[in-house]
Amino acid sequence: MSNTNKSTVKQICVRHGKDRTRMMDIVRDVQSALGCVSSEAMDAIAQACGTHRVEVESVVSFYSFLGTKPKGKVVIRLCHGVIDRMHGSETVAAFEKELGIRMGETTPDGLFSLEWTACIGMCDQAPAALINDQAVTYLSTDKVKRIVEMLRADPDPKRLVRTYGDGNNAHELVHSMVHNNIRRRGAVIFGAYERGSALRKALAMTPQEVIRAVKTASLRGRGGAGFPTGMKWDFTRAAQGEQRYVLCNADEGEPGTFKDRVLLTECAEQLIEGMTIAGYAIGAAEGILYLRAEYAYLKAFVEAVVAQRRKDGLLGASVCGKAGVIFDIRVQMGAGAYVCGEETALISSCEGLRGDPKTRPPFPASKGYLGCPTAVNNVETFCCVPPILEHGPGWFAQMGSSGSKGTKLLTVSGDCSMPGVYEVDFGITLRDVLKMVGSENAKAVQVGGPSGQMVGPEKFDRKVCYDHLATGGSVMVFGPERDVLAIAAQFLEFFMDEGCGYCTPCRVGNVLLKERLDRILAGQGAPTDMAYLQELGEVVKMGSRCGLGQTSPNPVLTTLASFRGEYERRCQPAHSRHVFLPGFDIRKALADSESIAGRHSVVYSE
Amino acid sequence: MSKPKIATASLAGCFGCHMSILDIDERILQVAELVQFDKSPVDDIKKFTGRCLVGLVEGGCATEENVHVLEEFRKHCDILILLGDCATMGGIPAMRNMVPLKECLEEAYLNGPTVYNPGRVIPNDPELPLNLDRVYPCHEVVKIDYVLPGCPPSADTIFQTLVALLTGKPLDLPYELIKYD
Repeated sequence: MSNTNKSTVKQICVRHGKDRTRMMDIVRDVQSALGCVSSEAMDAIAQACGTHRVEVESVVSFYSFLGTKPKGKVVIRLCHGVIDRMHGSETVAAFEKELGIRMGETTPDGLFSLEWTACIGMCDQAPAALINDQAVTYLSTDKVKRIVEMLRADPDPKRLVRTYGDGNNAHELVHSMVHNNIRRRGAVIFGAYERGSALRKALAMTPQEVIRAVKTASLRGRGGAGFPTGMKWDFTRAAQGEQRYVLCNADEGEPGTFKDRVLLTECAEQLIEGMTIAGYAIGAAEGILYLRAEYAYLKAFVEAVVAQRRKDGLLGASVCGKAGVIFDIRVQMGAGAYVCGEETALISSCEGLRGDPKTRPPFPASKGYLGCPTAVNNVETFCCVPPILEHGPGWFAQMGSSGSKGTKLLTVSGDCSMPGVYEVDFGITLRDVLKMVGSENAKAVQVGGPSGQMVGPEKFDRKVCYDHLATGGSVMVFGPERDVLAIAAQFLEFFMDEGCGYCTPCRVGNVLLKERLDRILAGQGAPTDMAYLQELGEVVKMGSRCGLGQTSPNPVLTTLASFRGEYERRCQPAHSRHVFLPGFDIRKALADSESIAGRHSVVYSE
Repeated sequence: MSKPKIATASLAGCFGCHMSILDIDERILQVAELVQFDKSPVDDIKKFTGRCLVGLVEGGCATEENVHVLEEFRKHCDILILLGDCATMGGIPAMRNMVPLKECLEEAYLNGPTVYNPGRVIPNDPELPLNLDRVYPCHEVVKIDYVLPGCPPSADTIFQTLVALLTGKPLDLPYELIKYD
């Protein structure tokens, strides 16, 4: 490494206070300054921050947006989500043709790299790609050709944005072609919002009263798990600790979910206000908004909103002029890891570590960020807080169904005529959702993303709520011509890529599940394979430490329950002549040997 | 009523699991009271004499002959039990699965540092069974009923399993017998 590069690395470390808990920021900055975090750079970082090299390397090797080898000046990351693959396999070929390289390669001139990335939250405008930080949507063969031509002339992806998307996507700090596709506005998230009004109301109450209001409203976590928010805040407030923290989980990685993308541009004020109220309620002075790397194009905008609120006295020392109420927010960038959406992994990542989940208990409410009591909530959850304080918990609790109060954002994609964001009251049936989004003949609906469930028509009358069809927002619709088993296999592939590797049942089990499912898809399944998948799936669910492993077999288990016929059709009984399993082909197994030996098998001739 | 029959075979294994069968020592008399041994390297019976209740298989499938023996076992045995890690997972022989077959043969017979083969001949007598492209664990080839893990499974494990199976009593395998770390 040259001396200039060494001093660049050193400067970056100094800029972040040589603080190893800010390792994410350090390695991200090194990556963007030098194009990669090389072996020498890792040594230099470790030295500057007074830590071990292995600690730096464990971070660099964990996140998919970081790397030790230089990539092209322009990195094109094609979304590998199920919906994107459904809508545009030809764009892959188009990119490969125009760039003259294959997936995963870099052009010899070092200008372009082409790779896959997990769902980037653009399923409603698929197929899509990230070109450096810029989201490029509605790709087509023609568009790909134009994009590559333009980038060859000027490698600044910002220039690709010719027409802006709606709302704040057109804001100069966002500068994006992304569309919001807000199809239905409900009363809570997209209702009238008056800046600062709810915060003033909250500050006029005691923190306990604020928590009581959130409890009375029966607000539950919008990320999918549905833990009662008021209770979480209560625990965090009651826990022992010198500092307390509010963490906003904007690591929206569950494929098919893209509500945070919209909330961050269109309801950023409401979100920050919700976090501020949470900070007041639990007694935290600092909030962190953890933003997924795929949404890096939103960072400047969100930071500007935070800065403006600070300037207007809605954040900072003495919030709204109330003495002693201190609260400020920083944005922490992720670096491409689905598992960081799991709250303890998110905390690890904020602490500058690999995004490994932690063992619970202790729960973050008692020991979270840097060992301090921490309330981690979803973006949408925070957005619900200001309306609750503005209109009262009773107003909120009258909406929705018995165990699920208020409204929910659904992000619908796939085979429907109006993909986008819908704010609906909890309790709506899936059938009504399908009618609303313009899907006449859905064969299957994946509710809650890959970690959720695949639902068949016999369950379309079930309700979207925590007790029946729970979802963090993701609703993927599949038409009659789609193969649900192939979709389940793609979901498994996603979990294989995104698992942290800590627990064996998840690390190994998902691979075995995928192998067996692939065998069935290839028409080589045996009837016993269904029992094998069921049993192994349950082992992975039971034996894994975090939510990823505990839900990763769901694509298999829920299709086994809802689409058993699809499995039975493909699982043949053993051959009649031999007793071999359908997956074993003796002729194929002998082909190499016969050609090397120059003779045919006597026992197993044709 | 005649006693049920039991058969054993060693495919791509080291015979260690069979040694473990012999390690049940004098208890083999107890087993002999319950069963009659059919095709097995232990009594050197080469061909099945009839239907067997239990087949014990050691080793995975590396050659067509292994496959053929396994196929015969499946056809003749009511219950097929895999003995040890090679049968279950391929074991040591499966280390070759990382390398194409041709390279394996060339390393073994031509290029290996200790090879003395002036004629540079890779054995290819018609009597020799053909190798498979890779080593297959038995459960990928035919349906398997039970698996006894271990390298080898201990004599106690084998004995307890057989007695439980033959007497129809519940199997008692203490943790120490099936713990391998």
